Order: sequence, then structure tokens, then C-alpha cells
Amino acid sequence: MPANEATNIETRAATGEPCAPDFVYTIFIKATAEQVWNGLIDRDLTKAYWGHYNESDWKPGSRWDHVRSDGSGKIDTRGRIIAMDPPRKMVWSWAFDSEAERPEKLSRVTYELVNLGPDTKLTVTHSELEPGSPMDIGVREGWPAVLSNLKSLLETGAVLSEDQWSEPQQSKQD
Amino acid sequence: MSDVFAALADETRRELLDRLFARNGQSLTDLQSGLAMSRQAVAKHLHILETANLVSVHWQGREKLHYLNPLPLSDIVHRWVGKFEDARIAALTDFKQQIEDASNSSTNSKPQEKRRARQ
Repeated sequence: MPANEATNIETRAATGEPCAPDFVYTIFIKATAEQVWNGLIDRDLTKAYWGHYNESDWKPGSRWDHVRSDGSGKIDTRGRIIAMDPPRKMVWSWAFDSEAERPEKLSRVTYELVNLGPDTKLTVTHSELEPGSPMDIGVREGWPAVLSNLKSLLETGAVLSEDQWSEPQQSKQD
Repeated sequence: MSDVFAALADETRRELLDRLFARNGQSLTDLQSGLAMSRQAVAKHLHILETANLVSVHWQGREKLHYLNPLPLSDIVHRWVGKFEDARIAALTDFKQQIEDASNSSTNSKPQEKRRARQ
């Protein structure tokens, strides 16, 4: 097994429970794959457009937390990193904080990035959701809003300075 | 953006999007059933939707599955509706800032008091 994968993380499909149809969202962003990747995992950047920041060391098997940006420190969603291949692909498990230890409640999110000239094609697949659950219903509205915010942030750079992009990426560890 | 409007300007294509909204991840065969139209015609409509990025495709083995991708619609909303939304958010942010400044200047304000002040 490749070192960039954690194979011991069980999500809903593995429990044999029925899963809702996947959501597959595609967006084209005028930025490099590295910039988009950074926009998806960087604490300050996620905070700027998501209403939450994502916190993790982003290593396979590690935990990640989706923490409210309002200063309350409340973790709404969390999970574990299943596979990392920066800046091309990332797989992680997703559940509400209170349900995150129950495999049948763990859905899976996959990010795939492809460089297309000046643009990056980002595909987000959310799978293994419990049919009709609040998470299943929530992501339908959530992802489009999050992704279009990410796009406008990266393309307009409203809250960014050039320097933030040139910081060494902690994810580059071979 | 003109791709999106052209793609949406057809009743059959809107119907296909409705079907994907009701059940995401359908094959061409699934989508064709119940439509009085040839397989080729449905494939052509799907291709137009795919080109406009209103449909994402994902291969599952040999089967090509279609998913509703509403992202280009958010661009439209952002262009003509989002401006109002941004203004509203900016107003709320300013409001929050003012309240926090006000309660910080009062002696030893607790979070509870801030919350009360916000109401």
C-alpha cells in the first residue's frame, strides 16, 4: 500500500448500510493547482470563505476538524484523512462531530485537481452519505456555495496578498 | 456564461436537470427511459449540458454516470444577486465590529453580555 494512504478507516459503505447517490461538483478556477489545493486546506484561507476553518496536519490517518470561524471554537464536522496526493487528490472522511466515531455515519469526500492551462479543474465528490440524513441534505446546498466562494476568493484575491501563496507548503513531504 | 444560458434554453435539457436533481448519478439509459426521444438525441443534450458544466460525469467501470452540477448557476447568482448579499454581509460584519468595540470598552464584558447587546 502506498504511504500516502490510510487503509484502516472504515466509512459507511464498508458497514453495508445503503448510501445516498453521490454528489459530484465541478468548478474551473483561474489559478494553479497548488493555489487551489492551498485554498482547500489552509487554515486562514478556509476561514476567509467557508465560515469555518479546516485544521489538520493533513497526513493520512490524521484527524481533521471543521471549526467555526466565529471564535467559539466549536467543531461542527470532523473526520480523518484517508489519502493525500498533493496537489492532485485528497480523500477524507466527514461526519458531524457527535457522530464521528460511528463508521455508518462517516461519509467520504474526494477532491481531484487537474491543471488545464491557466485554469484548474476541481472536482469534489461527496459519497457514502446516509440517504435523507441532515448531512445528505446539507451538502446539496453547502458545496456549491463553498466552491463558488473559493473561486471568487482565488480569482479576485480580495483578502490575499502575494506573500501568502509563496509560503512553503507543509503538505510537500515525501 | 453564454453556454449556460444556451444549455438552459431548452425544455428537454431542463427536464434532464430536473431528473438529476431528483436522482443524481444516472446513466444515459436511465435518463432516456420515459423520454420520447432517441438515445442519440438524449446523448446530444447531455453533451451540451456537460460542455456548459451543468452536468459532471463520473465513470463507474464502463458506465458513464451524470451528476447535476449547479456551480455555473452560482456564478449567475453571484453576478446579479451576490452583490446585494455581499453588501448585507458587510453591513452585518460592521455591526458586529461596532458592538464588540462597544462592549470591549465597557468594563470586563463577558460573552453573555455581548450576546445580549446583539439582540
